[in-house]
Amino acid sequence: MAKAKLTAPKDLSYEDAFDELEALVEQLESGELQLEEALSVFERGQALAARCSDLLEKAQLRLTELAPSEDGSLSPVDFELD
Amino acid sequence: MSQLSFLAGDSLHFTVAELTRYLRGLIESDYRLGDLTVSGEVSNISRPASGHMYFSLKDADARLRCVMWRAEVARQAFLPTDGQAVEVHGHISLYEAAGQYQLYADDIRLAGEGDLYRAFMRLREKLEAEGLFAPERKRTLPAWPRVIGVVTSPAAAALRDVVDVLRRRYPLAEVVFSPTPVQGVEAPAKIVEALQAVNDFAHPDVILLVRGGGSMEDLAAFNDEDLARAISRSPVPVVSGVGHETDFTIADFVADLRAPTPSAAAEIVSPDREELAARLTKMRASMAASVRGSLLDLRWSLDQQLTRLRLASPRAQLANARQRVDDMERRLAGALGHTLALNRADVRRLGATLEAVGPPAVLARGYALVTRQDDGNLVRSQGQVAKQDGIRVRVQDGSFAAQVTDDPEGDAQAE
Repeated sequence: MAKAKLTAPKDLSYEDAFDELEALVEQLESGELQLEEALSVFERGQALAARCSDLLEKAQLRLTELAPSEDGSLSPVDFELD
Repeated sequence: MSQLSFLAGDSLHFTVAELTRYLRGLIESDYRLGDLTVSGEVSNISRPASGHMYFSLKDADARLRCVMWRAEVARQAFLPTDGQAVEVHGHISLYEAAGQYQLYADDIRLAGEGDLYRAFMRLREKLEAEGLFAPERKRTLPAWPRVIGVVTSPAAAALRDVVDVLRRRYPLAEVVFSPTPVQGVEAPAKIVEALQAVNDFAHPDVILLVRGGGSMEDLAAFNDEDLARAISRSPVPVVSGVGHETDFTIADFVADLRAPTPSAAAEIVSPDREELAARLTKMRASMAASVRGSLLDLRWSLDQQLTRLRLASPRAQLANARQRVDDMERRLAGALGHTLALNRADVRRLGATLEAVGPPAVLARGYALVTRQDDGNLVRSQGQVAKQDGIRVRVQDGSFAAQVTDDPEGDAQAE
């Protein structure tokens, strides 16, 4: 594992964090890791799981509407349903 | 000059009732109008307390009022609802009070071949032949849509339904709403534009094309050929959710996935937050379990090595040797005991032999043992005693004292 290249969990999107987490769990479950490696994988996995939980709890659905801008093209602007 | 003719009384003069009755006669004298079937789309159905059914048949260009009397209504296996394409049998007559010609219906059935339906079927067959509905064209939906495009009308409840579902299930996403009318002549072209716009400006991962329920005519915009082609060209998967469970439109066939309703479309594209949370919990537990498990495994194999190490140590070998000695001792003792037992048996046998040849047996046969009274020596020879010596005679069952009465004399033969 190239530890130096790992992205900090807080900078990962939910899906990326979750995908990595899933892969780590599989690695751990294969039982083929050296102890030291298993422990660091475990630690990383915990951090990823915490990141995912955090995102899930805090997430707010973003709602935008395509609206024409000055140059005539469309761009998403915030939108509220009343 | 009509005014002149009118004043001159040249033209015919009717009362309303007379004219109406006349027209009614004209209509009723036409055999074609006396027994006919009319196809069209049902609208404005009403069934007042009288039990009669009033409705209109319409198509793109005209409208026909219809009535079906209570007795006929009761005979029908099928009664239409607004928006359905039907075929109605009956006769045309004129309702004088309203000055209205109408179809007096005696039979009604769902039109398999209504015009809208026929057009729908034609387009469907055409596009199907082109392979637009082919299963292999259907794209897989993204597991984690970041941006979800929603193409629908701003006025419709469908948008709210979609947003409600996504808020609850998957608030990690962003919804980009691309507004368009979904009904009316311009709707198909506008929907095509809205699809294109959301693809061009929002780069969604998936698009929901939704609309609430309506009559077949209301949903007509979704049976449009250009729209079908726009859906098939969309660079990202399109999920349709048009009308109700039972409504199928061309858009549904060409979409990558057809959902029965707008809410269902939103559910299909979104992972569920609760499920995600549950999966996270499970993965955390599973990680902890594997780490604990591998620690236990390590501990176990460590213990095993320790055991083997102990067994291989000099002390263990010594103990082992001692044990072997102990073992030998035990075996030895066992063997010895056996030998002793054997010997005891021998002794018993010898004893028996001995007894058979010993003094008691000899005595029993009538011999006697003689010992000297004074020193107890066994008398084996006459030379050992003299006249007057006291002797003791032992026989089988006891002994008695006696005295030598004569001088002993040798046995001639014994000399």
